[in-house]
Amino acid sequence: MADEITPQPVDELTTDLLARFPGAVQPAPAPWQGLIVTRDRLVEVAIHLRDALGYRYLSSVTGVDYPAATDGLPPRFEAVYHFYRPTGGPLVLHVHADRADPTIPSLTPVFPSAGFQEREAWDLMGIRFDGHPDLRRILLWEGFDGHPLRKDYHEAYYEEDKKPFESRFPDGHPVRAEERVPLGNNLRYPPGWSPREWRPVADVWGYAPHDEVAQQKSPTHPADRLVLNMGPHHPSTHGVLRLLVTVEGETIQKIEPVMGFLHRCHDKIGERNTWLANMPYTDRLDYVCSMTNNLAYAVAMEKLLSVEVPERAEYIRVIMSEFTRFMNHTVSIGFTGNDVGIYFTAMLYALEERERILDLFEMVSGSRMMCNYMRFGGVAHDMTDQALTLARQLAFERLPRFVDKLDDFLTDNEIFRARTVGVGVLPADVAVAYGCTGPLLRASGVPYDIRRAEPYSIYDQFDFDVVTGENGDVYDRYLVRIGEMRQSLRILQQALDRLPGGPVISSKPKATLKAPAGESYGRIECPKGELGFYLVSDGGTNPYRYHVRSPSFVNLAVMDTMCRGHLIADVVMILASIDITLGEVDR
Amino acid sequence: MTASLHVLKAFGVTIRRFVESYLDDLKWFFKKGFGGRYTPEALPIRQGVHGRGIFTVQYPAERLPLPERFRGFPFLVENRCVACGTCARVCPPQCIWIVRATDPDTGKPARRPSEFHIDLGICMQCGFCAEMCPFDAIKMGHEIEIASFSGGASFLWDREKLTRPVAYHAQIHPTAYAEEQAKKSAKEAKE
Repeated sequence: MADEITPQPVDELTTDLLARFPGAVQPAPAPWQGLIVTRDRLVEVAIHLRDALGYRYLSSVTGVDYPAATDGLPPRFEAVYHFYRPTGGPLVLHVHADRADPTIPSLTPVFPSAGFQEREAWDLMGIRFDGHPDLRRILLWEGFDGHPLRKDYHEAYYEEDKKPFESRFPDGHPVRAEERVPLGNNLRYPPGWSPREWRPVADVWGYAPHDEVAQQKSPTHPADRLVLNMGPHHPSTHGVLRLLVTVEGETIQKIEPVMGFLHRCHDKIGERNTWLANMPYTDRLDYVCSMTNNLAYAVAMEKLLSVEVPERAEYIRVIMSEFTRFMNHTVSIGFTGNDVGIYFTAMLYALEERERILDLFEMVSGSRMMCNYMRFGGVAHDMTDQALTLARQLAFERLPRFVDKLDDFLTDNEIFRARTVGVGVLPADVAVAYGCTGPLLRASGVPYDIRRAEPYSIYDQFDFDVVTGENGDVYDRYLVRIGEMRQSLRILQQALDRLPGGPVISSKPKATLKAPAGESYGRIECPKGELGFYLVSDGGTNPYRYHVRSPSFVNLAVMDTMCRGHLIADVVMILASIDITLGEVDR
Repeated sequence: MTASLHVLKAFGVTIRRFVESYLDDLKWFFKKGFGGRYTPEALPIRQGVHGRGIFTVQYPAERLPLPERFRGFPFLVENRCVACGTCARVCPPQCIWIVRATDPDTGKPARRPSEFHIDLGICMQCGFCAEMCPFDAIKMGHEIEIASFSGGASFLWDREKLTRPVAYHAQIHPTAYAEEQAKKSAKEAKE
C-alpha cells in the first residue's frame, strides 16, 4: 500500500464524491456514518475510491437487516463496506437493497477481498451479490434452509429475542435445553421423508467448481487429475478445516478451503446477548489470543459509548496484548515446525513459554485462555504485585532468552530452510487486493500495521518497528514473526517500566448497559491481522447488529494463489504460515 | 558436513534439555532425597521463570497452586444472597435460575431465594455473576474436578449443592475477603 496520493480530510472527500456522483451518493443521516450509495453506481464509486482516492484496502463487508422502517429509511437490507487508506479512513459506504429481493452488485471483481465476505453475507443474511464469480454458501452447507442472521429467523431452542430471558428471575424453575428437544431421545423424520431416497438438491459437497480444472488433461503428465479431500480435520490439525484440492500427480492445480465446521453463528448469539455479555464470547473466537479479542470488542464499544479509559488500564491492555502477540507467534512458529516435520521439539519449547504467559494471564484475569479481562472503559482487575513481578521476569529475562534460542536453532536450520524458502510466495499487490493483514501482509513487504497506521489504545507512545519481509514466502513470514516477537518485548519493556498508578476502570461495569443508537467499527492489530468488530446499536441494551471481521477468515482467501504449483506437503506448511484459528474462521 | 551444522545445533538443544532434566533431578535428590523433585517445595521453582529441564507436572499426583482469582465454578456464600437477580440478569449463557422466596406472614417477596439453580453444564465460567453481585454472595470457586458419569442433568446444581461456608470463601480468596471485611467495618464505623 505505497501511498502516492495526498490524503484529504473526509469532509472534502465527501463533497468531492457528492459532486462527482450526483444523485448516487448522499451522506447517511445521523447517527449513521459515511455515505449511502445507490446500487447501480456502487461499482463505479468503488473503482473511483480505489484508483483515484487511494482507498485500496476494503476491510469489511457485511449486511444488516432492517425489517422495519427506521430514521426515515424504508425497510431494507443494507450492505456496509469499510474502506481504508494506508493512513486514514474509514470511509463507510451503505448500500440499500429491497427487502423482498435483496440484490446488490458485487465488489469482488474490483476488490477480491470482498469475495469471502460477500459469500458470508449471502450465506447468513441472504443478500445476493450480482456478478460475484462464486456466490455459494460458505459457513453453512448448501442444503441449509434460510438465512440465520435475518431478524425473523429463529434458531433451534429459541427462547426470546433478547437476554436476559424473562424465565430466569424472580420465579425461574430450571429447564435444561436438552429436555426441550422436540424429538425426545429418538430421531424421527418428517412424514414422507427417508434418508435413503434423499438426493442432494444442490452441490452439497462442493465439488462442482473443481470439475472444469479436474477434467483438463496435462500435456506433460500422463495421469488424470484428481480431486482430493484434505480433512475435515487433518490439515495438520490446526482445527477442523477441509481443503478441497485438485492435484496433477502431486502438484496442486486448484485449492479451496471449505469451512464452517465450527460455525455457531457467533453474530446471532451476539445479537441475543447484552452488550457486556458478549465479552466472554469474544474469548472463544480466536482461542489462542483471547486478550486481543477482548480488546478489539472493547475498542469498538468505547467508540460507540465515547468512554475514556484510565491510563493505567491502557498500559495494562498494551502489556496483555503484547504478551498475547508473543504467545501467538511462539505457538504459530512451534506448529509450523510441527508441520515441517521437526515434530514436537520446536512446538514443545514454544508451548513451554506459552505456559508461563498463561500463568500470568491466570494470575491477572482468573483464567488461562478464556480471559474475559477487558471491560468497557478499562480492565476487570488490577495487576497484583506478584503478577507484575512475573511479567517483568518474563519480559526482561526469560522471553528474550527464548527468542534468541529459537532464532538460533531454527532460522538457519537447513531442513527448515529447504522446506520454507520460496514456498507459498504471496506478491504484495495480491496480498493487498485480497485484504490480507498481519504478518502475512507484512512478509510480502507491505509495512502496514494498525498500531502505526491508526493507533488505538496508547500505541503511539511506544517505540517499535514494523517488521516486514521481502519475498513473501513461508520463510519470510517466519522471520517477520520472530521480528515481531522482539518488537513485542520492546513494547513490553517500555510499558512495564512506565506503568503509571491510578484506577484501572473508569466506572464500575453495569449489568445492563444502554448504548446510544449508532454504529461503530473498532479494529485492532491482533496477532493474526486486523480484527474488527462492527456494531450497530438501536439505543437498547443489546446489539442490533454484531459482526466480527476476523483476520483468519479473510486471510484464508489467498490459499489458492499461494499453493498453486506446489506439492501437497507444502500446503500444510503454507496453511501453517497463514496462522489461522478455526474458532475465528468459522465463528 | 557443514551443510547440516545447524541441524546438529538443533539436536544439541534437545540433548541439553535432556541432560538438564537429569541434573535438576540430581539437584533435588541432594536437597530432598529420592523423588525430591516432586515435593511441594520444588514445584514453584521448577515451574518458575528460572526453571530448567523437563516441564511436566505429574497431575493428579502433583497440582499447580491456583491463583486467588482463578475462576472455577460459581458457588454461593452461606446466608448472603438476597435474591436480587443481578447474577441471573448478567449471566451470558443464562444458566442461573432463581425463585424469590415469599414472606409467609406478609405474603410479600422476601430478601432470600427459595430456590437457586445453576446449570454448570452450560456455565462458561466468565465470572460476571461474582463480579456484579452487590452482596458478595456468589463467588468463583476453585473446584474444577466435577466430571461425572451420569452426564448432563447431574450438573444442574441446586442451592444446597452450591452453598459453601464463609470460611471456605475466606480460605480460597484471602485478599478479596480481607478487602470485603475492611469495607464492611468502614461502613459500620460510618454508621
